[in-house]
Order: sequence, then structure tokens, then C-alpha cells
Amino acid sequence: MNKSPKLVCKNVWKLYGDKPKEFLQSHNYNPDKRIIEENGYIQAIRNATLEVYENEILVIMGLSGSGKSTLVRCMSRLVDPTVGEIFFENIDMGRLTKNELIEIRRHKMGMVFQHFALFPHRTVIENIAFPLEVQGINRAEREKSAMEIIDLVGLQGRENYFPKELSGGQQQRVGIGRSLAVKPELWFLDEPFSALDPLIRKEMQNEFLKIQNSLKKTIIFITHDFDEAIKLADRIIIMNEGRIVQIGSPEDLIMKPADDYVKEFTEDLPRERLLSVKSIMNNQKQPSNALTVYEDEKIFSILEKVLSEGSVSVIDRSNNIVGSLNRETVSRFINN
Amino acid sequence: MRKTKISNKIIFISLTFLTLLLYWYGKEIANYFDSKWLVKYPKHYSFPFAIYTTTFVKWLINEANFLLFTFNDLTRLFAWIIEQPYKIVLAIFSKGILRGQGQDAIQIIEPLSWISVVGIFFTLALYTKDKFLIILVVLSIVYLAVFDQWQSSMITLSSIIIAVPIGVILGILFGILSYKSKILEKIITPILDLMQTVPVFAYLVPILVMFGFGPVSALIATIIYAMPPMVRTTLLALNNIDPQLKESGLMSGCTERQLMWKVLIPVSKPTLLIGVNQVIMLSLNMVIIASMIGAGGLGYDVLASLRRLDIGGGIESGIAIVVIAIALDRLSQSFANLPTLSKKTQLTFYNKYKKIIFLLLYIISIYILGYFFTFFKFFPNELMINTSLFWEELVKYININYFDNLESFKITLLTFFMLPIKKFFLGIPWPWFIFVLTIIGWYFGKFKLALLCLVMSIFIVTTGLWEKAMITLYLCGSSVIIASIIGIPLGVWAGLNDRANKILTAFIDTLQTLPSFVYLIPVVMLFRVGDFTAMIAVILYALAPAVRYTAHGVRNINSQIIEAALISGCSQRQLLFKIKLPLALPEILLGINQTIMLALSMLVITALVGTRDLGQEVYIGLTKADIGRGLVAGLCVAFISIIADRIIKAGSNKLKNKYGIK
Repeated sequence: MNKSPKLVCKNVWKLYGDKPKEFLQSHNYNPDKRIIEENGYIQAIRNATLEVYENEILVIMGLSGSGKSTLVRCMSRLVDPTVGEIFFENIDMGRLTKNELIEIRRHKMGMVFQHFALFPHRTVIENIAFPLEVQGINRAEREKSAMEIIDLVGLQGRENYFPKELSGGQQQRVGIGRSLAVKPELWFLDEPFSALDPLIRKEMQNEFLKIQNSLKKTIIFITHDFDEAIKLADRIIIMNEGRIVQIGSPEDLIMKPADDYVKEFTEDLPRERLLSVKSIMNNQKQPSNALTVYEDEKIFSILEKVLSEGSVSVIDRSNNIVGSLNRETVSRFINN
Repeated sequence: MRKTKISNKIIFISLTFLTLLLYWYGKEIANYFDSKWLVKYPKHYSFPFAIYTTTFVKWLINEANFLLFTFNDLTRLFAWIIEQPYKIVLAIFSKGILRGQGQDAIQIIEPLSWISVVGIFFTLALYTKDKFLIILVVLSIVYLAVFDQWQSSMITLSSIIIAVPIGVILGILFGILSYKSKILEKIITPILDLMQTVPVFAYLVPILVMFGFGPVSALIATIIYAMPPMVRTTLLALNNIDPQLKESGLMSGCTERQLMWKVLIPVSKPTLLIGVNQVIMLSLNMVIIASMIGAGGLGYDVLASLRRLDIGGGIESGIAIVVIAIALDRLSQSFANLPTLSKKTQLTFYNKYKKIIFLLLYIISIYILGYFFTFFKFFPNELMINTSLFWEELVKYININYFDNLESFKITLLTFFMLPIKKFFLGIPWPWFIFVLTIIGWYFGKFKLALLCLVMSIFIVTTGLWEKAMITLYLCGSSVIIASIIGIPLGVWAGLNDRANKILTAFIDTLQTLPSFVYLIPVVMLFRVGDFTAMIAVILYALAPAVRYTAHGVRNINSQIIEAALISGCSQRQLLFKIKLPLALPEILLGINQTIMLALSMLVITALVGTRDLGQEVYIGLTKADIGRGLVAGLCVAFISIIADRIIKAGSNKLKNKYGIK
């Protein structure tokens, strides 16, 4: 993964209430949650610092009211943070003029909304072409681009339907299409599949991964569904009461939960299906074993091997031995 | 919690008791202490608001000067701007294009003939694809020709055609402005409250003084009267838009203007169309009233007939207004409900504008035919029907045969119902009344509402109009009581029974389409003039919301609650009295609130049949062109309705919060 940050948030706060900036200043930019509430403020985001890397899927996970939606709106400057800086491609978002912001949204950002937020008075193609229309691109050209997107999101033949004539899944395809119309570099998805039925949701998740495989966007994806987070994420940010609790890969969260809050999410997951050998192997490089497993294989796929053999060597993809794994470790992991 | 409830009850009972006591013995107590001011507010203490207002407006008109132009120039410019489109529309529908002045004028181009106007409305109705509506609209327009109301109708229609778009556009603009600026919203909202509660007559006077007698003044009054709901509807529609929709517009890269005109306004279109319908209805409601300051047309015909006591003529013109009202109402309603959104197909120019092309060809050919056959120009006189004689005879018949019955009905209600209420309101010493009102305000809305009640009622006292205000309260109160006694059971019936609901809704919709003035005509016929006549007219006008809100409240109870009650073994009667009615109560209260509002606005109009309340004061202000007198009395009416409105709404909200209903 290319580790250059596309978007950086530095000490971002968002308080709701009367003159929140002055309040934060007078409390040395670090008031207790208790003090914030006693003074009648609502803490939406508390001191959030994070980086979003190019071409990764960063999932922000949290229950409702945890501030994840507000955080993502600060990143797109739909909401202005109370204090803190946000850099997008090294541009300070807070310093942008109205017109510069509009320019960035017209060319570099796209956003998908939980309840689709389609324009009910526009057809599918008019919805998808809308971001191009407001840029002043002529009809023929924008409809041509929109048709390509309609193919991409699988809505061929429906381009002249109105949103209310589509199913929920199809509506969100329009939402996804519209957000992709300007070929954005940064793609926000705010709980895009939460309003869909479980089966449709699964289908849409797979479709989403397929689209991402071909487009390689930098993605910030919000969800309250941990399974969804695990399935899609390169990295996950867990938020609770406006605070970032932990940032890490799915494996990090499961193996090293930062606190009980994170642990509670991870407890009931089928861990052998999510974790790779690497996360539980022994670092002693015993060369004696004839049987080897790859370090990035998921545990459930090597269970039988290890349990019947007693001990295996772990190798990486260039066939160097990097560690070992024995029966005791594995059975302890499963029974844990 | 319990404790406060009991103490509230004690306070409530003792207040009622004291009020009754003061009502019976107030005069004696006042006499005993030799302080008559308790019962009657002394005249020399009243503050001459009226005179100051008059002086101010006179100064405004005669002397006010904004460096480059005077206030007078400003009003003239305004009038000129409105007059131009009105002249054009009037030429098209009524006058044609004339050369020369006055009597010697020669008509160069004829106005649209009746057949062409029928064609226009037919085409409009075609867009709704509702067969019943098409027939209704065409019959309505033909009616106007057949019953010899054509000339006046077209004058009235022209003023509607001008007033409605101006009202709608201004309304949307003000709505957008107050949506964009919270400060502006805070300024505009109370102004709207006042505009909707100050009786129309009150601002007819300043308009009359500023713009003179004539159709332009009438148009301005109509626009002022009809615009507020459009502002409110726009603001409501914009505020109710899903925030995600707005965000998605922003993220698509909209500028502020693009966001407004490409996203927010189109998305609000269905709601805005409902606002348009309201503007049309209110404009029609003003038709008769506006003729007092020179509107002409049907309104003038009604007014003139009423003044001549020519019942037949009044009914004929009145019905013509009603016919126009119903046609325009249904037409605009079905445009608002039009299911425009379905799979779009590319239309050719011809297909898209087919109807309009046909209409233009139709109008041109009718115009040409008109040269050869007068039938295509004017509806033939020999086919016209005159009904005024019929109505005259009908009234005579009723009065000869049922006079005694009607009279005894009237006297019974007067002596046993209205007079006691009148005595009650006039009997309570004003300081006590204000005190109790403030307490009530405190109970429902704490400090803010208490202050509002206190300040507004003190204003009424100091204007020296207390007694007239009490008469207004008594007339309004008795009308609302009777309207509720009739309306709420009807509403419950409509709420329980689908068929009753259908019939009652149709009936009430029609009642609400009628301009308020129209109600006076039959009532005056039967009961002549006086308080009783006023009350009956007010009841008829104000009945609708009591029925509508009650039905809505009873109907909209969560079906799971009903199921739970049925499973618990409720009988239908228990279900109604133990579940449905209590849960519908907040809604019923809102209905009564609307009834009060309508009653107050109607009361001012009933001044024409000789009441002695604030409405009469406003009316006198109008007839004497006394700006201050009319405005101050108008403000008193507005304050009464604002107080009633705020208290009842607070009560309804309190109940809703208690039940956790939204």
C-alpha cells in the first residue's frame, strides 16, 4: 500500500452550543467531557487526529451518535469544525474560499448518503449527470459520461426512470453513480447500505468492492455495522462519544482491542475466519517441519493441518520461514 | 408531581369561583368602594393611539421624503408597476383594445369571446386528465355566460390572474429570504402573524389613502391578504427538506444559487403548489371586500345588491363567485396533486406543446368566426337565464310561511344562550379579566406567554375599546361554542365512518371554498340584521376546521393502539370514549383554535349587518377613511386572536408532550 496521506485531520473538535470556539480556548483546548456537558455544549467530535492514505478503504465505525457522520462532514466541510485543521492533498480545507471549495467538490470529492438523497424531480440519468450539469458541461457531453456510469453501476435501461420507481438497492446505485460522476479522488460513503435489506446489502457490498478494484479511489466509509467494517476495510477507526477510540487494521482490533468498548464489538466474531496465521504464530523459526503454511492464510483454512500434524512452519510468500505454529497455540486460540 | 396537580386544581376552581362572584357582584363592589374605574375603564386615561397613527400616515403621505423622491412617488411607482400587467389582462378578457377615450372609444380588437375562455379552461383542465374535473370547469365557465354574469366575471378573473402570480412570486421570494437569514425570519414571522390576524378592513384604509380608490388599490389589498400563506408554505417546505438532499447538492458542487433553484425549489414544488392553491382561494375571498375600495366586477355587484337589499341580484353574483372559486380551487388542487413523475420519454416539440397549439388555433378561428356570427362573440341574450326573480320569490315565500318559526328560534337562542354570555363578558371587571388571562398564560406557556397576554390585553384597555373587545369576545365565543357543538360530533362521525368522511369532506371542502362574504347573503335574508345574524354567518364560516381536525385526530391514531384496546376487550363505545377521543384531543384543540381564528376574521365582515363590536369600529374606520381608528381597532382584533391562538396551541402541545405524540 502506498502510504502517502491523501487527507489529514489534526486535532479536530466539533462542539455544538453558543460560542464553542471561545469555550474551547478558555479551557486550554482540552476540557473534560463532564465540563463540556455542564456548560451546555454537545460534544460531537473530540480531538480527532487521523490520516487517510491514498487508495485505501478507511472505515469509520461507531454507534449512532458517536460523531462519525459529523467527522466525515467536517472532512468534506459540509460542517465547519470548531477547531482543528484538515488538509486535503496538503491544502488547508479551513482556508478555502467558497468558490475554491465548490471547485474541489466539483472535481475531487464525491459522497454517497444513507437515505440516498436522490433528487426526486430528476430521472436517473439527470441525477447522475447533475454534478456535471452544475459545472456547466453541455447536455450531450454530460449524458455521455453519465451513461458510462450507468453501465458501471448496473442500471442499464433504467436511465429515464424517476427515483421513486426504483427499489432501494437501485436507488443507492444511482446515489453511487452520482457521486462518481465527477471522477472524484476522495470518495465519502455515509452508511450507504444501512437502509437496505440484508441480502441486497451483501450484494451491494460485493459490487462496491468490485467497483473499488477497478477504480482505486481513496475511500472513507462510514458504518455502524462491524461485520461490514471488517469485510470492506483496509483500516478501521472506532469512534465512541465523539472520540476516536482506536485506529487499526481489522486484525489489530481483534487481537489488541484498545479498550472494553472495542472488545465488545470483536468478541462474537468468527475470528478464525478473519485472522491470518501471522497474528498468532510463534516467532521462533523452527526449520524442522516438513509441512508449511503461508503467513497470510486465514486460520480456519489451516486448522486441520495444524491439529493433525501437531506443528507447522510459517513461511511468507517468498518462501522464507518466518515462524511456527503448534497444536497448543491453535487450540488455545479456538477455545478462547 | 401529584401535589402540583392538586394545587393546580384548587387554583383553577377558586379562580372560576371568584370570576363568577365578580361577575355577579362586580358592580356592587365597585360602587361600594366608589371606584367605578374597576368596571369601566375611564375615558380620559385612554391613550389616543388612533390619532397618532392617523397623523403619522398623513405625514407619510404628504410630507415624507427620501431625498430623491417622496413617499408619494414611491406608492405611485408601485401602483404603476402593478397597473401595467392588469391593463393587459383586462384588455384580453374584458375590454379589448380601445382607441380613444371614454364614450368615443372605438374597439379595435375584441376581448376574448366566451367560447375562447371556455376553450382556455378546457385546455387547462385537460392537463389534469380528470374527466370529472374537465366537465366541472367547462360547466362553470358556461354558467357565467348563461346566467348573465360574463362582464363582471371577467373583470374579477382578470384581477385574480394578476394578483395570484404576484402574490406567489413575492411569497416565494420572502420565503427564500427568511429561509436564508434567521434574523429576517424572526422579523418576518411576527409580521405574517399580524397580517393574517389583522382584519382586512383595517388595512384597506391606509391602502385607500395611499393608492386611491380603484382596481389597483384592490389588487394591492388582495396581494397583501393572500401572500402570507405562500411565505409560510415556502419557508416550511424549505425547512422540511431532508438535510441529506441539501448536502448531496452541495457535494455535487452546487453554488448557493444552483442549490436553491436546481435542488431546493424543485424539490419543494408539490408543497409550493399547495401554497399557490391557498393564494388563489384567499384572492377570491377578497373579491367582495376589495370591491369596497374599487375592485369592480362580481364583488361590486354583490356589495351593491346587498346595499340595495336586492337579495336576488346578490345571490346571482354571489353564486357566480362561488362557481369561479370552486372551479379554480379544484383546478389548482389537481395541478398540485398531478402525478408528474413517471418514466420520462423524449417528447418532440409538437407532442409537448400540442395542446397549446390547438388552443391558439381554436382561439383564432373563434375570433374569425366572430366576425360572421355574433354567437361566437357574445352569448346570445335570448338564451340567458335570469334567476334573481326566482330568489326574490323564494325569500318572500320563506318569510311569509316560516317567519314565526324562524323568529322564535332566533329569540330563544338570543335570550337563553347569547345574552347570558354577553352579560358575563361585559360584567367582569377588566383588571380581573387581565389578571386571570395572565395566569392562564403563565400556566400554559410560563413567563413569555403570560407577558404576551398581559401586554396585549393592557393595550386593548388603554385604547378605550375594552367594551367593544368584550362584545367581540362574546360574539366569537358563542359562535365557537355552537360551531364546536355541531362540528366536533360531525368530525367524530367522519373519523369513524368512511362514507360519512367522504360526504362530509366534500361538503366541507365546498364550504371552505366560498368567500366569507357569501355566507352573509342567505343569513341576512332569513334573519335580517343584528347579532344573531352575525353569529349564524360566523358559525357557518367557522364550522369547517372543527369537523376537519376532529376527523383527522380520530382517524390518525396509531392502529396498534386501537388493536391493543380491542384485545383488552373494549366495546366500540369504550374505544371511542376511553381511547380515541382522549388521544384526538390535542388535534381537536387545534381545530377549535382554527375555528376561533376564522370566527374572528368573519366577525369583522359581519359588521355590515350591524354588530357593535371591534369589527364595527374597523368598518367605521373604513367608511370614514379614518386610518388610525380602523388600524387600532384592527390591532385589537389581531391581539385577541393572537392570545387565543398562543394559549390553545400551548395547551395542545402540552397535551401532545404528555402523551408523547408528535
